[in-house]
Amino acid sequence: MLSRVASSIYWLNRYVERAENIARFVDVNLNLLLDSPVGVEQQWAPLVMTTGDLELFKERYGTATADNVVQFLAFDSDYSNSITSCLRLARENARSVREIISSEMWERVNAFYLMVKEISQAPPLSQLPSFFAEVKLASHLFAGVMDATMTHNEGWHFGQLGRFLERADKTARTLDVKYFILLPSADDIGTALDELQWIALLKSASGYEMYRKCQHRISPQDIAKFLILDRDFPRSVQFCLLQAEKSLHQITETTPGRWSNPADRTLGKLRSELDFITIEEIIKRGLHEFLDDTQIQLNQVGRGIFETFFELQSVS
Amino acid sequence: MRFDQYEPGDFYDELFLASGQPRLEAVPLIERINSLSMEELQQRQRAAQTALFQLGVTFNVYSDDQGTERIFPFDIVPRILAAKEWARLEEGLKQRIHALNLFLSDIYGEQKILKDKVIPEELVYSATGFLKPCMGLQPPQGIWCHITGTDLVRDRDGQWYVLEDNLRCPSGVSYVLENRRVMKSTFPLVFNKMAIKPVEDYASHLLETLLNLAPLGLPDPTVVVLTPGMYNSAYFEHSFLAQQMGVELVESRDLVIANGYLQMQTTKGLKRVDVVYRRIDDDFIDPLTFRANSLLGVPGLMDVYRAGRVALANALGTGVADDKVIYAYVPKIIRYYLDEEPLLPNVPTYLCWEPDQENHVLANLDQLVVKPADGSGGYGMLVGPHATPAERENFAERIKANPRNYIAQPTLSLSRVPTLFGDRFEGCHVDLRPYILYGKEIYINPGGLTRVALKKGSLVVNSSQGGGSKDTWIVQ
Repeated sequence: MLSRVASSIYWLNRYVERAENIARFVDVNLNLLLDSPVGVEQQWAPLVMTTGDLELFKERYGTATADNVVQFLAFDSDYSNSITSCLRLARENARSVREIISSEMWERVNAFYLMVKEISQAPPLSQLPSFFAEVKLASHLFAGVMDATMTHNEGWHFGQLGRFLERADKTARTLDVKYFILLPSADDIGTALDELQWIALLKSASGYEMYRKCQHRISPQDIAKFLILDRDFPRSVQFCLLQAEKSLHQITETTPGRWSNPADRTLGKLRSELDFITIEEIIKRGLHEFLDDTQIQLNQVGRGIFETFFELQSVS
Repeated sequence: MRFDQYEPGDFYDELFLASGQPRLEAVPLIERINSLSMEELQQRQRAAQTALFQLGVTFNVYSDDQGTERIFPFDIVPRILAAKEWARLEEGLKQRIHALNLFLSDIYGEQKILKDKVIPEELVYSATGFLKPCMGLQPPQGIWCHITGTDLVRDRDGQWYVLEDNLRCPSGVSYVLENRRVMKSTFPLVFNKMAIKPVEDYASHLLETLLNLAPLGLPDPTVVVLTPGMYNSAYFEHSFLAQQMGVELVESRDLVIANGYLQMQTTKGLKRVDVVYRRIDDDFIDPLTFRANSLLGVPGLMDVYRAGRVALANALGTGVADDKVIYAYVPKIIRYYLDEEPLLPNVPTYLCWEPDQENHVLANLDQLVVKPADGSGGYGMLVGPHATPAERENFAERIKANPRNYIAQPTLSLSRVPTLFGDRFEGCHVDLRPYILYGKEIYINPGGLTRVALKKGSLVVNSSQGGGSKDTWIVQ
């Protein structure tokens, strides 16, 4: 298939997934505030850190108040990773491949875009929770419609690849930032506030209930293990890598365990490392270092995909 | 009885001979509409509009940054033509395309018609559509204009005229196909009753026409549609035609010249392209040969094209034959190459580059329609009788500044078709654009796009100027 078309389907899915993840962690933080005791400083800066765009934020907005952060992450049309911008870009990509994707997919992403656009023009603060819930739902709806209406061909696999790489990256980032924020306050460990914040972290990945079913007790180490290594939970890093790898092998027509280009080599390496590593080893190495390294490798996979499939080959 | 109040007026009405007296071929439709309540009719009109919107039959508006697509307004009362009359139009169009194609071969080849002084040489060289780099070009099978959309109009007395030959990238055929699809669900009973010629095989004919250009002996040639991109006003049509033919829709950034061939970038590497149905203008196609600042084209394409390693439809340089000054010479062109009398007449045309004709035009601006020679889309023209004195004054200056660039024609009383406005029918002016494919032989899709001027009394039917469309029925 045309490289441009493959790239558009890949980015269409990445942007929809990105919008969903932003909605997730903003929403959870809003909830967390409602439970925080009076006098505890509100933690909004970590949210921006998750995106990796803290510098840009400081330059544009200054202090990390709730209003500023929500405006920046959800509605700022000049910030290319806001929910509004993600949907605009997702729609633009979808529109350029309308004759390739199913019309139901186009209708979903168009409706999603129009919904976000309407609210972003006059965001009512009181309705934010329902807005974020709607964003999550619209993203799920899109993924479901794509799964049920588009032939599971090469283009579809590029879409899956985009979605799962984006999700793996966002789960890793969220965990990294929370761990960084939560651990240093040694006084708080084991307090009620500490537990609430860990629950919030799980909830931002829709993982609270699923975690409870297999781990019962809330412990930082077990939560990290669940969100990184669980093979069956659909938002864990390892689950996403397994799915992405499956699609990449469908595209390149290579058998698992082998590689034919930089993208599937990096992805295969990362996935197999997670197959055999234990959470104890991760903690020993340093969770932050481990997650940082994971993100770097995910970026390499993304670059590999671009170079292998999308980039116009230079012609001598 | 819905049509009781309908008044055809002092015009040629396509459906009525006189008030209350439908033309023979329109009788079953008129009877059917008369049997429906007005409410039901309006409901069908709305359903048709909704269906077109949901099918995505839209066009983009250039000045609109909201990313909104608009629907091309559609009216459910079709224009009807008797098959016999259509057959005469078909003959005339075939003759015209045949001659224009010979003209193009000659102009970019031996130029016999210039040596014989049938057309003044400077008129050809000064036409913006004349492309010097195309001299000596020999497109496959000697065909230049593969896809043509000729605009026809009918005057008060019922006489047909050719208004324009669109030999570059005529658009609108997707509306013909989608309008028909919607009409079938709007008036299924009428379709059962009347023998209406089907239009649905256009995409198959188009694909055949394009495959006909591939190098001989190539087992599975690659055909693509080249679009300027999704912000182009006709993007829907580009993507629709690619989808209907089952070929790739490409943009220039997908294309590159490698190893002497045009190639497209795929996820599995470069793939050779053999035939391009290009929907971008000639001078954008190769920045090395034409406009250096064009981002829509492919650098080096012209060389590959000239070497016969890729075919383009339409061929480059066809614009010289639809220049509005050259248009005035088409009857002579037909006589010159075919030794036949033209079957379809031109609208009488004054050429401002000839001083006595320019004077006549300037003296009669209030009665004439003036058009720029290289214009299209209804932009930059003057409809004299409807213009203000200030507008006419302004136009006179423009003509004097550049007489070569203007032609003038008498204001025709375009024929009308009843059109639904609220709860009544009113006559609206229409034109007709049949689509002609020149492959192994010349094929004309039966009917074509009937464009209708929806502003009251307006004579301008272009979609960019508030026009709409109707289905066109050729009936036995």
